[in-house]
Amino acid sequence: MKKNDLILQTTTKVVTFIIIIFAIHLFFAGHYTPGGGFVGGLTTSAALVLLLLAFDIKTVSKVIPFDYKKVAASGLLLAIVTGLGSFIFKVPFLTHTYSYFNLPLLGKTSLATVVLFDLGVYLVVVGVTMTIIQTIGESE
Amino acid sequence: MTSNFVIIPLLIPFVVGVVLIFFKDNIKLQRIISVLSLITTTAFAAYLVQLVQSKGVLTHELGNWKPPFGIVLVADMFASLLVLTASIVTLCCVLFAFHTIGERRERFYFYSFVQFLLVGVFGAFLTGDIFNLFVFFEVMLMSSYALIVIGGTKAQLRESLKYILVNVISSALFVIAVAYLYAVTGTLNMADLSQRIAEANQPGILTTIGMLLFIVFALKAALFPMYFWLPGSYSAPPPVIIGLFGALLTKVGVYSIFRTFTLLFYHHPEFTHQIIGYVALLTIVVGAVGAIAYSDVNKILIYNIIIAVGVIVYGVTLTTKAGFEGAIYYLIHDMIIKAALFLLAGIIIRITGTTKLKKMGGLIKDYPLLGWMFFIAIISLAGIPPLSGFIGKFLLVQGGLESESYTFVAVLLVSSLLVLYSAIKIFMSCFWGEPTLSAGQEKVSLKGILYPSAILLAVSVFLGLGAEAVIPYVSTAAQTLMDPSIYIQSVLKE
Repeated sequence: MKKNDLILQTTTKVVTFIIIIFAIHLFFAGHYTPGGGFVGGLTTSAALVLLLLAFDIKTVSKVIPFDYKKVAASGLLLAIVTGLGSFIFKVPFLTHTYSYFNLPLLGKTSLATVVLFDLGVYLVVVGVTMTIIQTIGESE
Repeated sequence: MTSNFVIIPLLIPFVVGVVLIFFKDNIKLQRIISVLSLITTTAFAAYLVQLVQSKGVLTHELGNWKPPFGIVLVADMFASLLVLTASIVTLCCVLFAFHTIGERRERFYFYSFVQFLLVGVFGAFLTGDIFNLFVFFEVMLMSSYALIVIGGTKAQLRESLKYILVNVISSALFVIAVAYLYAVTGTLNMADLSQRIAEANQPGILTTIGMLLFIVFALKAALFPMYFWLPGSYSAPPPVIIGLFGALLTKVGVYSIFRTFTLLFYHHPEFTHQIIGYVALLTIVVGAVGAIAYSDVNKILIYNIIIAVGVIVYGVTLTTKAGFEGAIYYLIHDMIIKAALFLLAGIIIRITGTTKLKKMGGLIKDYPLLGWMFFIAIISLAGIPPLSGFIGKFLLVQGGLESESYTFVAVLLVSSLLVLYSAIKIFMSCFWGEPTLSAGQEKVSLKGILYPSAILLAVSVFLGLGAEAVIPYVSTAAQTLMDPSIYIQSVLKE
């Protein structure tokens, strides 16, 4: 049975971008306000799940051709590597540092290495959530 | 002493476990990477033991935050020795897996899960923070959930359900206990906790929390009333995985009981340690009953795990140095020998195609080497003098006599007899007698699957014959357990 999902699909196309932008906002807000890698990752997965609801698994995996298991693994690797980086400077594992930079558009901004660790968390959360949902969705 | 070496044995399996995910389908590469990484881990762990022996307790302050505010990893001799033992056992189990686990399981991240299991086990041994202990327990348990169900046979699915249920409940209890502890003391760092508990002289509420933690660890270590999940769960997965579980998982629970009741809650032994003592004795009795009751290879060995756990945990109540040394020695010996026995039992089951003793017989004609290796393993398990089981039990008996726990000494000696009986029962009905296999069934190739157990047996023989070389290390470990101030001072640096 073929249903007409026109309203759902059209709204999804608009809403997904808003959700993803909100997710990115949450991710970068994490250091000073509530937010961070975990909620950011979950919100991003929510956008992807909305796509899965409106379209089907094949279409979505054609549009976003990632192997989510590898996304999770890259996230883990990134988190470990930011920790390992501290060994180069002869300080204990996971010692983080930050500094202020004058960026072209944003002006004086503090950039911290913790963000890279959080990016790792973000990738793991997206990877794991999507792997779970895709695996359950595909199994008969 | 702050040192980066403390975290290296933890990081190698972690990085390797992640990297292996990328090579899902290249099984040959997975095997090479995991063996190389395990050899390096073993080497680093051995170096760590040496370093701790020469320089005292080493710490690693994560993120450069001073304890008690940050997370700290502490490598005292007890933890370092267990890290070394665990990496040797895992190396041998992975070598055994090459020829036995099957390509289907290897393709589904088997080697990654083994590495993550090792991360959890190492982390639990090395951490100096009680909430981190919980996290590493979960890392270990998550990997063990995956390993127990990998392959998806009917028995595995059934038993993994029970296993996960029991462990989820015990983990929830763990969090609750940590929450209580934090509410009362306001700290999570073990050294700081120890100091604050000592200052308050462990009032009733802290003793209660201590006993709650004991229940949690007893569930993980399979002590008397909480052992019910173990026999079923450990008979479902393939032999390699049972070997890993039998050698590592329950021992982490045992280690945590030692850590908690020598470092934190040692002020009212007349209450806490007495209960632990009774529970341990009952565990030995229950294990012995199970071991002689069954005529199934796996079940007999599984009940032998329970006996050994009881024997080691009783060691925490023996307040003499000999008692602690005995318990530590026996713990190391038991990890090695249980892995060896489960691997050998795996080979026997592969040859005969059954776990029932009645259907086996006469294997010594075709497999003499396997037979005599199994024989050495069981006499070492029972504690016959030149081998490793003897020294641990001897020191435990000595400690028991010194602290006048005559019941324990009697139970320990009788249980050794029953252990020997149960293991000899396997040997006699499996290797002696008339061959029961049909002509076409005979001669399973043992190429490549015998030497991992041979390595483990060699280590076990070394622990027995080379006791002179090992005792100084065990003695240092016992010294740190006896005197919590060594641990506290090296963490808080006062």
